[in-house]
Amino acid sequence: MSGEKILVRGLEKAFGAKKVLDGVDLAVMPRTGMVVIGGSGTGKSVLIKCILGLITPDAGVIEIDGEDVLKAHPKRARELRGQIGMLFQNGALFDSLSVWENVAFGLLAEKKIKRSQARDKAVEILAQVGLVANVAGLSPAELSGGMQKRVALARAIASAPAIMFFDEPTTGLDPIMGAVIDGLIVDCVKRLGSTSIAITHDMASAVRIGDTAAMLYEGRVCWTGPAADLLTSANPVVDQFTHGRRDGPIQMALRK
Amino acid sequence: MNPILNFIAGIGAAVLDALGLLGELGIFTASGISHVFRPPYYPRMVGRALMEIGFYSLPVVALTALFTGMVLALQSYTGFSRFNAESAIASVVVLSVTRELGPVLAGLMVSGRAGAAMAAELGTMRVTDQIDALATLSTEPMKYLVAPRLLAGVVALPLLVAIADILGVMGGFLVASLKLGFNPNTYLINTFANLRTDDVVSGLIKAAVFGFVIALMGCFNGYRSKGGAQGVGAATTSAVVAASILILALDYVLTQLLFTAK
Repeated sequence: MSGEKILVRGLEKAFGAKKVLDGVDLAVMPRTGMVVIGGSGTGKSVLIKCILGLITPDAGVIEIDGEDVLKAHPKRARELRGQIGMLFQNGALFDSLSVWENVAFGLLAEKKIKRSQARDKAVEILAQVGLVANVAGLSPAELSGGMQKRVALARAIASAPAIMFFDEPTTGLDPIMGAVIDGLIVDCVKRLGSTSIAITHDMASAVRIGDTAAMLYEGRVCWTGPAADLLTSANPVVDQFTHGRRDGPIQMALRK
Repeated sequence: MNPILNFIAGIGAAVLDALGLLGELGIFTASGISHVFRPPYYPRMVGRALMEIGFYSLPVVALTALFTGMVLALQSYTGFSRFNAESAIASVVVLSVTRELGPVLAGLMVSGRAGAAMAAELGTMRVTDQIDALATLSTEPMKYLVAPRLLAGVVALPLLVAIADILGVMGGFLVASLKLGFNPNTYLINTFANLRTDDVVSGLIKAAVFGFVIALMGCFNGYRSKGGAQGVGAATTSAVVAASILILALDYVLTQLLFTAK
């Protein structure tokens, strides 16, 4: 296959004696959304941190737009990764800054706007995630979990990134707020024409935000397919995980 | 395994860990310093760090210096009066404060206040992914978080010590003139008669080095903290302990380097 926006081949990463990623292969086509599922500690976050350049993998290839970011000149690698917007699991909002400063942070860092225009631009982006202008001056600590998630989403989409990563976007939210955040993610990704990778344990969320899905198990991708097929997959690992069954290959592995 | 081999293996592992930590600190220091001089610069962050290290530490440093000067005058009197050398008290106070006590005590107090705060802030940012978030927002965390604090440490500590010197001498003056019955004018004349520029400058040089060490230890320990609240707590403790020990050790090294027999 060719024309992938993101291509990962044979990615390996170990922490001490523990091999977290053991030859991960993944291909995400442009303007599609992939959800990556897997049990806790299976390396989902490590995978996207490797793509983001926050963790250096031990081996493998990571291509963005056909260019190997691991072999590219650092400046070029930064440019390639600069098109990625990231929504962190807990929001990771800067608590020393106000909401609008958080949202406009990337735009100011990239000098896309002047500081005098930043607040208005931030308010405009906050409106896209359903937040009113009067939250702009608040500090992140003054917001509820759902509002923090929206602000983090606003910060992630502020630079209109071509690629977006979502790490457990609905964790810690009630089902209704989770559905609202999923809806916002789908809207934003569609409006920006972005390619996305989302990590989630929430199967309802996975089906809502993903076009395709991949399951990480024992350091590798053990299944890929349409996200809509997640709940009906015949793969025993996927079947056990998505339905939360106690018995199955995943538990068998734990008993070894 | 043989207990003796176990023991030797334990020592070996500890030495390797220590060398690894030293290497990590060396790379961190070099990277932090290089980012101070390379654009983009973050004047807002430098200003914020200056306020945090300098302005907000002023009350505690001022009080420490004032009381230290007062105690020094009293203690010197206790000793010197036995040799009829009371006239040397003013010189002892001013030289002790400017050359030694001002920078060391200010360094220790700022380490406990601002160094701990730096480690806690960066540690919290680390465990809540805020440092990773910076990297995804086209911002180099070392440049944004560490370089401004290093620069502010080097600038703020000498300013604090200059104020501490004045207050320390003033403390000695107050005790000498109000409690010990010294003539105020004579005390002041004695104070400045033996004070030379290099006495003050050597204290300020020490202060700049201590400021760098405090910021470096706060940033280094905070930046590499892990494991949630416990990790942040451990990083904060390590930052203060390491900075305090380094201040005392470097004080000797710098005193030796700046030592003049004149």
